[in-house]
Amino acid sequence: MEKIKVIVGLGSCGIAAGAKKVFDKIKDIQETENLEFELKKTSCIGMCYREPLVEIIDKNGSYMYGEIDEDKATEIIEKHFKENKPIKDYVVRADTFRTIDNTFTDDQVKITLRNCGYIDPENIDEYEARDGYRAIKKIAGQNISRLDVIQTIINSGLRGRGGGGFPTGLKWKFANNNKSQNKYIICNADEGDPGAFMDRSVLEGDPHSVIEGMIIGAYAIEATGGVIYCRAEYPLAIKRLKIAIEQARKKGYLGKNVLGIHGFDFDIYIKEGAGAFVCGEETALIASIEGERGMPRKRPPFPAASGLWKEPTNINNVETLANISWIIINGAGEYAKYGTEKSKGTKVFALVGKIKRSGLAEVPMGMTIRDVIFKIGGGIQNDKKFKAVQMGGPSGGCIPEHLLDTIVDYDSVNATGAIMGSGGMVVMDEDTCMIDVAKFFLDFTQKESCGKCTLCRIGTKRMLEILTRITEGEGVDGDIEKLEELAYQIKDSALCGLGQTAPNPVLTTIKYFRNEYEAHIYDKKCPAKVCKKLLTYEVDPEKCTGCTVCAINCPTKAIDGNRKEVHFIRQDDCIHCGTCFTKCKFDAIKIY
Amino acid sequence: MRITRINTNIVEIEQDKADLSSIDSLIEKYRNKKGNMIPILQGVQEIFGYIPRNAFKKISKETGLELSDMYGVATFYSQFRLNPVGKHIVKVCHGTACHVQNANAITDAIQEALKVSDGETTEDGLFTLESVACLGCCSLAPVMMIDDETYGKLTGDKAKKIIREIKRQEAK
Repeated sequence: MEKIKVIVGLGSCGIAAGAKKVFDKIKDIQETENLEFELKKTSCIGMCYREPLVEIIDKNGSYMYGEIDEDKATEIIEKHFKENKPIKDYVVRADTFRTIDNTFTDDQVKITLRNCGYIDPENIDEYEARDGYRAIKKIAGQNISRLDVIQTIINSGLRGRGGGGFPTGLKWKFANNNKSQNKYIICNADEGDPGAFMDRSVLEGDPHSVIEGMIIGAYAIEATGGVIYCRAEYPLAIKRLKIAIEQARKKGYLGKNVLGIHGFDFDIYIKEGAGAFVCGEETALIASIEGERGMPRKRPPFPAASGLWKEPTNINNVETLANISWIIINGAGEYAKYGTEKSKGTKVFALVGKIKRSGLAEVPMGMTIRDVIFKIGGGIQNDKKFKAVQMGGPSGGCIPEHLLDTIVDYDSVNATGAIMGSGGMVVMDEDTCMIDVAKFFLDFTQKESCGKCTLCRIGTKRMLEILTRITEGEGVDGDIEKLEELAYQIKDSALCGLGQTAPNPVLTTIKYFRNEYEAHIYDKKCPAKVCKKLLTYEVDPEKCTGCTVCAINCPTKAIDGNRKEVHFIRQDDCIHCGTCFTKCKFDAIKIY
Repeated sequence: MRITRINTNIVEIEQDKADLSSIDSLIEKYRNKKGNMIPILQGVQEIFGYIPRNAFKKISKETGLELSDMYGVATFYSQFRLNPVGKHIVKVCHGTACHVQNANAITDAIQEALKVSDGETTEDGLFTLESVACLGCCSLAPVMMIDDETYGKLTGDKAKKIIREIKRQEAK
């Protein structure tokens, strides 16, 4: 009889939620009691909202247990393993019965994430057992020509998943057209977009799929060298990539005459990024690999003609590359079956913010944003009211409620003023102030602007100053128009994607939430009650018990009152810091 | 643009005393390699926690890299530090997801607990507080990372408790 498998999800966020402790606990129990099961590890399973996750696979199939701590781990080993009685209350997904969490996975189609959560990412055998490296073997075995590989990718309709949405096959074709002794393929793993983490999950959970994608790309364009440019903030991803590259070398997938294809020499090394958002831009990324400041340069020449070390270079993002081997094995038609006319296949979204089920969801293009957020994501935390979803990070925009039926494809999302970007969906509820959000993004792009283009460097700073003023109650008539004017000037004059898109968060919030800007500027009110300087704090005499906690903690001693008597805030001395509100245990501080 | 500068007050006293023999092998490894500047600087920071001023000089002398180029690169990327750091580095995530889940409250709480501002090191040299753009653990927002450990679903009080716990361990 096959041994029962116990699998713990050890991705970065699983570990942060306590999965390592759970793993150690189960290992401890296994060793002390000498139990006969196979203890394994995998990476991100996508259901981040249920982390830590432990899966038990027995003769009846799979049982995924969610929100497991050390005590619950002991309990499931006791009940499920020893007594063969699965604890249904803890199960979030099972082969034999439905749970409330099934709606999270029902409408998902897993292509990019096909192996994430199913394999041990540090074990190449497990990747191979799930069709891993079969695509490159197919190419070698059937002698598929370079141009045929490129044509397959063109036919699949795959577009760059890093945000630009440029057809991947065409990009390969351009790189293939430029002949040179040395050519490079670069994997852009500098996922700098705050709020998106699908690339991290793929690198941690299925590094070989990215490596295989790179090998196929290298074959197609005749690249001689490969570089994975990975954020230094992702130590676990870097560690697993290093292991994977070493394993691939040993098996002959990297090195001289890869898989016996004569003259196909290819190897990959990892370049750790040093923390600059602008390095997501192709030419800046290349400058950074060359050891320079990551500043974009004018295009043309495009990297396909003159890139790394002035040689033809092709750059693809992690998610794009993870799709390649699947397309080669299953065919372009199978991939193009999913999606809309101009956006084929699936897209991974990172659902975060005020959403009930935050995690990774891979859906076919063409699904509505509403379905992604409400059906898969389960709706808004604490059943509050949905206000907006931010897509595309600092380059994107906020999509309001009346556009929730927009479908996810590149062109439809662009039409709203947001962009698909790398696929972050940050959900915001009625307690989120849209000016504060716009200010947050501007603060980010302003710091990350490399400084090369004057309007991006200085314009973003001026826009941030105006936004800061508005949130502090100093907004004046004409500020909105000034913001718009600056925004269009920056968009028109910036050299790279960072500057061209930096004003998007401001423009979309003005477009869809102009009333909130007006409330801040003319009424000096923050409707979401976020901008502290615009709030008035008062004591609710009905609820105040006179415990004196607020008065003791008030930094300006603006609260009067004797013990056991209703307190009073002197508005003249109040600095709107909110300390009384956070400290009060009786909900007696009212905010207007 | 980010503006980073060497804190000139402490440069003279501390930075020029750093023992640089440990970076010899690093320089050897990357000598004459294309694009070696960032890996060398990253290696130096790995050893010291920051890039001491005399390390710049030594690298320049040994490899021929220009001081001004290195300073340009070191001040461009957010990873590089030009001033000494504490034993533990507290990175509070201020990505979008953490921001909407009130990451500011976490930074406020830690500033209060450690009595330092963002980017500063405590007097006892135990902690450096930093804000970072995104740690990629968005589903556990708000998040912070101390050394290599990530802590999620924080509140101000939880964050303070974690700091207290580390302080207690250190006092032993």
